[in-house]
Amino acid sequence: MSGRPLLEIKGLTRYFDVSKPFLDRLVERAPRQYLRAVHSLSATIGRGETFALVGESGCGKSTVARMVAGLIPPSGGTILFDGQNVAARRSGRADRELRRRFQMIFQDPYASLNPRWRVKDIIAEPIRAFDLVKSAHEADARVGELLTLVGLDPSDGAKYPHEFSGGQRQRIAIARALSNNPEFIICDEPTSALDVSVQAQILNLMRNLQDELGLTYLFISHDLAVVRHMATRIGVMYLGKLVEVSPAHELFAAARHPYTQMLLDAVPDVEMTGRNRAQVKGEVPNPINPPSGCSFHPRCPYAFERCPAEEPGMTSVARDHEAACHAVAEKRI
Amino acid sequence: MTETLPKPAMERSGRFARLWGSDIAWSYRRSPVTIVASIVVAILIVAAVFAPWITPQNPFNPAGLNLMDGFTPPMTANEFSGNFFVLGTDDQGRDMYSAILYGARISLFVGVMAVLFAAVLGVTLGLLAGYRGGWLDTVIMRIADVQLSFPAILIALMIFGIARGFIPPGSRDQMAVWVLIISIGLSDWVQYARTVRGATFVEMRKDYVQAARLIGVRPLKIMFRHVLPNVMGPVLVIATIGLALAIIAEATLSYLGVGVPVTSPSLGTLIRIGQDFLFSGEWWIILFPAVTLLALALSVNLLGDWLRDALNPKLR
Amino acid sequence: MTEPLLQVRNLRVEFPTRHGTLVAVDDISFDIAKGEVLGVVGESGAGKSMTGSAIIGLIDPPGRIGGGEVLLEGRRIDNLPPSEMRKVRGRKIGMVFQDPLTSLNPLYTIGEQLIETIQTHMALSDSAARKRAIELLGEVGIPAPESRLNSYPHQYSGGMRQRVVIALALAADPALVIADEPTTALDVSVQAQIIALLKRTCAEHGAAVMLITHDMGVIAETADRVAVMYAGRIVEIGPVREVIKSARHPYTEGLMASIPSLSHEQDRLFQIDGSMPRLNAIPPGCAFHPRCPHVFARCREERPELVQSGASRAACWLHAGDRR
Repeated sequence: MSGRPLLEIKGLTRYFDVSKPFLDRLVERAPRQYLRAVHSLSATIGRGETFALVGESGCGKSTVARMVAGLIPPSGGTILFDGQNVAARRSGRADRELRRRFQMIFQDPYASLNPRWRVKDIIAEPIRAFDLVKSAHEADARVGELLTLVGLDPSDGAKYPHEFSGGQRQRIAIARALSNNPEFIICDEPTSALDVSVQAQILNLMRNLQDELGLTYLFISHDLAVVRHMATRIGVMYLGKLVEVSPAHELFAAARHPYTQMLLDAVPDVEMTGRNRAQVKGEVPNPINPPSGCSFHPRCPYAFERCPAEEPGMTSVARDHEAACHAVAEKRI
Repeated sequence: MTETLPKPAMERSGRFARLWGSDIAWSYRRSPVTIVASIVVAILIVAAVFAPWITPQNPFNPAGLNLMDGFTPPMTANEFSGNFFVLGTDDQGRDMYSAILYGARISLFVGVMAVLFAAVLGVTLGLLAGYRGGWLDTVIMRIADVQLSFPAILIALMIFGIARGFIPPGSRDQMAVWVLIISIGLSDWVQYARTVRGATFVEMRKDYVQAARLIGVRPLKIMFRHVLPNVMGPVLVIATIGLALAIIAEATLSYLGVGVPVTSPSLGTLIRIGQDFLFSGEWWIILFPAVTLLALALSVNLLGDWLRDALNPKLR
Repeated sequence: MTEPLLQVRNLRVEFPTRHGTLVAVDDISFDIAKGEVLGVVGESGAGKSMTGSAIIGLIDPPGRIGGGEVLLEGRRIDNLPPSEMRKVRGRKIGMVFQDPLTSLNPLYTIGEQLIETIQTHMALSDSAARKRAIELLGEVGIPAPESRLNSYPHQYSGGMRQRVVIALALAADPALVIADEPTTALDVSVQAQIIALLKRTCAEHGAAVMLITHDMGVIAETADRVAVMYAGRIVEIGPVREVIKSARHPYTEGLMASIPSLSHEQDRLFQIDGSMPRLNAIPPGCAFHPRCPHVFARCREERPELVQSGASRAACWLHAGDRR
């Protein structure tokens, strides 16, 4: 890894206004309500690596993905893509040049492809948007090339999305994401809507493409086994905050944060190794009103008086490995 | 049940074969009422469009009318002139068959144009409200709410009255048709706007819209190239049923005497004229235009009902 | 040998469409013994949910049972009139679905729904039924069950709702609980709780479980035996350890190998190419043959039936030579 990281996230925060409509608030004298989706999150992603964000639903991982993609503006903090602020306003030309360099793969391949468009038009849309080809003929050739690259047939371009299975649709979505030659792809749960055998195909394809094209991935997932297979580094999120960041292999060997340990224990033992599993307590609290201090303290077996009182910061526990936990910082666990 | 039944592959290829094999065509073939309704509509449209070539006289040309032919009953020869009229004549000696076809022409023209106007206006406003949201959505939808609280015919009457005030008396008769179209159209856009707004909200959440936003596609282009084709299904249904309503609205306005002038009568005007003779025994003057209007409006409405069911995947 | 609790014989579920009849479940047979947990696993479109719905007589029209029979405690239930079937559901067979909200009526309190279910199937007085409802809620791990009785479903969290659904399913002490993807809609950390709960409470009540899921991990932890379904047929059935550790059918083998491992690193995952065929295009012979690495001539022509292979039974010509 040389020079500056490809993506640098600093203090990223996002609140959603979940207040009732104005008139209702006036009548009920209710205050505005905000949902804390992402709270002061910092991370860096180096070129060629796969950084995974894991966490349960509602932890804010998809919100991070959408902010990085520039689809929703952050409430605070910055996202620097190769040194340029993604959320900042810039001229049309510079904006296009920046947007050309990243892409996104979405979770549900049934919703991410316009059902009224032919596959070749879907894949060619970014090519046209960024004026990457000179003629329609050239665009067709490029679409055919991309379809072949993702394991489909160039003749499939003339079909509509409903003629394909879920896995094939995700391949089409990947072809679209590759069509503007991005360096960085945000993958928002790309296989969680797919069956296991198809998931394996898509994950293999994504790794092959990464090797061939030198792509960098931000990989969002709730499935630890998938993350283990894909990621070089992993960030674990809980209620909008990063609680642990670690190189992938180390997280599975020596997770430090109690929440990470709990998540690992919750994965069913499909290999029937007789792995010892601790029973997990409780459920994720409401993000509108998160617990004080460390948000995990009500479910944490190691919680002590400091936890509800004070928000823990990141402590380094090993090389490239940090956890936000008072018990870890005080070497209690 | 999570398992969905996939669409079977088409054995035949080709555009027509694909259309014939489609679910829509299939549900059409299975509904005799719809087939009859569509034949009625088709006959009326063809007859109205080709009226000048298939009618014995031009009922809009006062010079071509002979007062001596007045009040001839249907299927009989006039006692003075000896002229024969299939559906009889009115007080002016106008051939009812010709008048009905020319009248249907006006009714259909006004109906189609009013629906087009309402649909374009409503769809555009609905897309804008749904896509932009926020204050623009609030403003558009409040206007729609206000308008919904008035009966459509009252709004049309009001717009009609205002428009007449602005048009010089000399050109009023020429402009009447366009004023009608705008009045009916303006009283009917709300439905389109509401439906499209709701559907746009749903589509906007889907990731294909986000994928387009991601690469910087302009909002207008997303609205019309991505979202619009996906919300057209319900619009088509409303437009079909709306056509029947617009034809009736035109007839009502003309019947109330604020529609097209008597010199170029629509079906509604013909009914109004006929009403005067209802109790003096000349029943044909009102009956035939009324039956035509009924057949037209009913058939279009039945088509709309079928279309709604055919496009609804839950009822298939 | 004692009689199995549930016997499914040559069950066939079909959907008449204008392009011909689609067969969603094709001639499948299996038993569930008293108190046993049978896992039914398969990918979407395999027919696993349809099998569950057929057993409880809840197939959405135009789908219908096209053949075979279902026997509960030796009595046929697939041809019962709807009113009789309603009594069987709830009293004899409890149900847990993926989305707890489909099983709970938002307009009634949890207590009202539990008490109603209890009184429909058991002759209990109001106070006795209420007492039982509180017991059940306590059993499924709802804290302070007495006060929670008066809450509405929306006041419960997702995991708590699924606990209530399990309580409802067990309300009349059924002999069998059919759980269709009971944890799919839940968070990872809650999934494990619900699975453990389902297993424990059913064992305590002596109820057998038919656990339908796409998640091999859940099966591995919960089931005694497992049936693997592919394109409307059972391709392999046997003791869970046997099926997972030494799969006989190439599909099961591929399915297991394609699951990413938590315990060791892999460069590339094993992948089965292609996808499950659509119902209108199920290949002749063995439905898996276009994707099978071991395919030979016979697979394309003749459909294999389940034959004994080790402790399991598999429908694959590779094992045709094994002892029956």
